[in-house]
Amino acid sequence: MERKIRVLVAKPGLDGHDRGAKVVARSLRDAGMEVVYTGLQQTPEMIVEAALQEDVDVIGLSILSGAHMTLLPRICDLLRQQGGEDILVVAGGIIPDEDVEPLQEAGVAAIYGPGTPSSEYVAFIREHVRQA
Amino acid sequence: MDLVTRLLVSDRRALAQAISLVEAGDPGSRVILRQVYPHTGQAQIVGVTGAPGTGKSTLVSALVREFRQRDRSVAIVAVDPSSPFTGGALLGDRIRMQDLAGDPGVFIRSMASRGHLGGLAQATSDVLKLMDAAGFSLVIVETVGAGQSEVEVAGAAHTTIVLDVPGMGDDIQAIKAGILEIADILVVNKADLPGADRRIAQLEAMLHMGEYPDGWRPPVLRTVAVRDQGLSILADTIEKHWTFLRTGGRLEAFYRRQAEQEFDAALRDEAMRVLRERVLDPERHTALVERICGRELDPYSAASKVLAGMRG
Repeated sequence: MERKIRVLVAKPGLDGHDRGAKVVARSLRDAGMEVVYTGLQQTPEMIVEAALQEDVDVIGLSILSGAHMTLLPRICDLLRQQGGEDILVVAGGIIPDEDVEPLQEAGVAAIYGPGTPSSEYVAFIREHVRQA
Repeated sequence: MDLVTRLLVSDRRALAQAISLVEAGDPGSRVILRQVYPHTGQAQIVGVTGAPGTGKSTLVSALVREFRQRDRSVAIVAVDPSSPFTGGALLGDRIRMQDLAGDPGVFIRSMASRGHLGGLAQATSDVLKLMDAAGFSLVIVETVGAGQSEVEVAGAAHTTIVLDVPGMGDDIQAIKAGILEIADILVVNKADLPGADRRIAQLEAMLHMGEYPDGWRPPVLRTVAVRDQGLSILADTIEKHWTFLRTGGRLEAFYRRQAEQEFDAALRDEAMRVLRERVLDPERHTALVERICGRELDPYSAASKVLAGMRG
């Protein structure tokens, strides 16, 4: 059996709209990946703990609340502290252009806005995921 | 410290990584399982099965909260189906288990069935061994949404809970062979819905027709998992079943049956591997498939032909 790409799709913070996250989860499933979906309103600690227990290769974060500058760097920090720095972190949602660079510096590998075709992030994940 | 040493002292990261290796059938996984095996046989393994939407994940979550109050550490493996078309999977059981997050006495792992039928994944029973060896006192395995014949869980778990809900069918459904037969405990969940009493009566009537030579007649319990109702009695019953198994040589008999099954399965895998290595390289395999497909050769004669090569 080949090793499957495992992805955690999570929604950090308090906004309650997860249609985007579900669409992404579904498209990753259709791309042959195993997607663990954790549901709404996750704290950074919950997300990192779930990622480590599930031993995922990728974390996909969906955030629409505007709290991305607080929550996303916190998730990347926790991952580094707990030995999960080889997990690829990508994010999607409503994220202003000027926030993209600081988030990338904090450890978010790619950021996608509304309307991104799924082929784009699927290809990015396949190319950048850690090698087992 | 190496992976297995860390796993044996309950290092969660080591457990998570070992599960991935075992799940992928990585060459290193054989070594892990060999080293872990002597440390297994400690935990009570509880299987939870039932049709899609009967509330398995919600029940597991509520049940784990109940066992945490009793100071039991709990590991959970939740199986969801893989797509037969893309091989991908959406593993959603964690959604219902959110309130267990952050509890160091709980470990949850989602697993895709990867084409395996029977309600579990190919590697699920090995993953249960890893969780057992990591020191959890209770290990819960939640099957994929089951139909009538996903009964594999009964061979992997000491105690099998079959979930039912009101409105799931008449008394003929209840006396068919299959999933209801494997229950050590029957639970009617969503028991606040209309028809619960009727369903319980049908299940009781079914049980009344049975015989229980080993001395355990499966009880029918009612729960409303979303409202934490009936969980304390369910947890008591699970503990009672464990006590029951540990008397009269029943647990030994369970392990003997399991050892036999696992040994036979391992033999089949190993025999297949040796065959492929010695007398059935991929080209010959393809060639034989072509001939069978062209009706020149039947599958049984082809198999005999290959095995004759081993004897010679």
